[in-house]
Amino acid sequence: MRAVVTVTGKDNKGIIAKVSTFLSEKGANIEDISQTILGEYFAMIMIVDITSVSEELSALAEQCAELGKQIGMSIYVQHEDIFNAMHNV
Amino acid sequence: MFSNNDVLETIAMVEKEHLDIRTITMGISLLGCIRDSAEETARKVYDLVCHKAENIVKTARDLSGEYGIPIVNKRVSVTPVSLLCAAFPEKAPLIGKALDDAAETLGIDFLGGYSALVHKATADYERKFIRTIPEVLATTKRLCSSVNVGSTKSGINMEAVKMMGEAFKEAAFLTKDQDGIGAAKLVAFCNAVEDNPFMAGAFHGVGEADTVVNVGVSGPGVVKHALEQIPDANLTEAAEMIKRTAFKITRAGQLVAKEAARRLNAQFGIVDLSLAPTPAMGDSVAQILEELGIECVGGHGTTAALAMLNDAVKKGGVMASSRVGGLSGAFIPVSEDIGMIRAAEKGAITLDKLEAMTCVCSVGLDMIAIPGDTPATTISAIIADEAAIGMINQKTTAVRIIPAPGKDVGDEVSFGGLLGRAPIMPVHKTDSSKLINRGGNIPAPIHSFKN
Repeated sequence: MRAVVTVTGKDNKGIIAKVSTFLSEKGANIEDISQTILGEYFAMIMIVDITSVSEELSALAEQCAELGKQIGMSIYVQHEDIFNAMHNV
Repeated sequence: MFSNNDVLETIAMVEKEHLDIRTITMGISLLGCIRDSAEETARKVYDLVCHKAENIVKTARDLSGEYGIPIVNKRVSVTPVSLLCAAFPEKAPLIGKALDDAAETLGIDFLGGYSALVHKATADYERKFIRTIPEVLATTKRLCSSVNVGSTKSGINMEAVKMMGEAFKEAAFLTKDQDGIGAAKLVAFCNAVEDNPFMAGAFHGVGEADTVVNVGVSGPGVVKHALEQIPDANLTEAAEMIKRTAFKITRAGQLVAKEAARRLNAQFGIVDLSLAPTPAMGDSVAQILEELGIECVGGHGTTAALAMLNDAVKKGGVMASSRVGGLSGAFIPVSEDIGMIRAAEKGAITLDKLEAMTCVCSVGLDMIAIPGDTPATTISAIIADEAAIGMINQKTTAVRIIPAPGKDVGDEVSFGGLLGRAPIMPVHKTDSSKLINRGGNIPAPIHSFKN
């Protein structure tokens, strides 16, 4: 099962490190990562395999949202199906 | 595969444009609960609803967490209660109480189905049942009631229309300390549908499976935002943009509906493609119409803009879902839409214009507060007008109107939450009582004879 992790907010040092460390501690495997910076605005999108994560996806999403608050970013973790459904015919 | 822009667009829809799944509604057949007595039937009803829907709140929370899209309401609709208590209609309130108790136990928002279908004639047990509605709505919290008074196939049952005018008055009067909220939980329908997930008019039709999950999507804010990106587009282009946006919104609904049905061991019913506003800023159908170029909703051109919006939403949504149903269209409830509230406060939108708008959209005169001293026969006449529009145009129409006790034009009612607030709108003061008191039926239109 794959999820999409989206991190947005003001660009800051060490964001990728903090988020990817957290995810790997949870057992998630990062398959793809890309980031864009528009002025001060930072957006990172990761595709992660969460098959080995012991928690439920909704719990992981909550924890990541909490981590986001701590580092001053917005972090979303969503099942990839929502994007496939909405953006593919 | 999706692009990064797709991901960011979806997140912006949720964060800034109020995209949500408006409701997951589980339809439950209660026909198997009928017993010899009202007391036994009520017990059985409570047990079955609590058992079938026990995981609905948790499932909605899980799905919302996994997909990152809020699911606003969790609801249940049931078999029209009048059918369960045909043998003891005076005791129907016991079933109503059991359903309200079940809704409270489950932690759901509303439960619909304290309903009767009398579109052709009123059976004696239905007559007794309908008389219980105001008291039941006054003594329950989450229970909603609806009565189908007409259909294209059978015409309009004017006896039922008369009774419903009185029911709205009484339901409001019995809840006068809460601005007449009882009437806000009551709907008079023409051409009611059996798979509607939206309240207050949801019930589970007898043609449905045992247990189904119907989902209502929403997203007026998303449509408005999309139109803001093309401010100078012509209406053909605007319609295309609405279609594309409706497609995306509906796909989210379809995904949630199928997954919710699977987890709740129910059949996937339908996705209702409705644009349902909330009182929140930027979540308004009226503001979409204004974005299209009407200075204030209610002005000339409103009906045309709404017709286009309603049609484009359906066209985009139909392709996105394997099964579409319910009411499917743009809702125009006055108290639940900030643009409508403002227009009503300015006097820019009237009951007459709202009636015209209901000819081209779902569903009807919805959440409109009128003076408390409006005669019951005038409310019946409003219902008859709306039912006539539905009957002739082969569409669902409805009336949910609140004759606010002790209030008049210039005052306001406030229900809080999704039900919102509304200024009292004027009604015509002329007398329609002779028409209503004639009784009988308005015969079905000639174009209904299709066999």
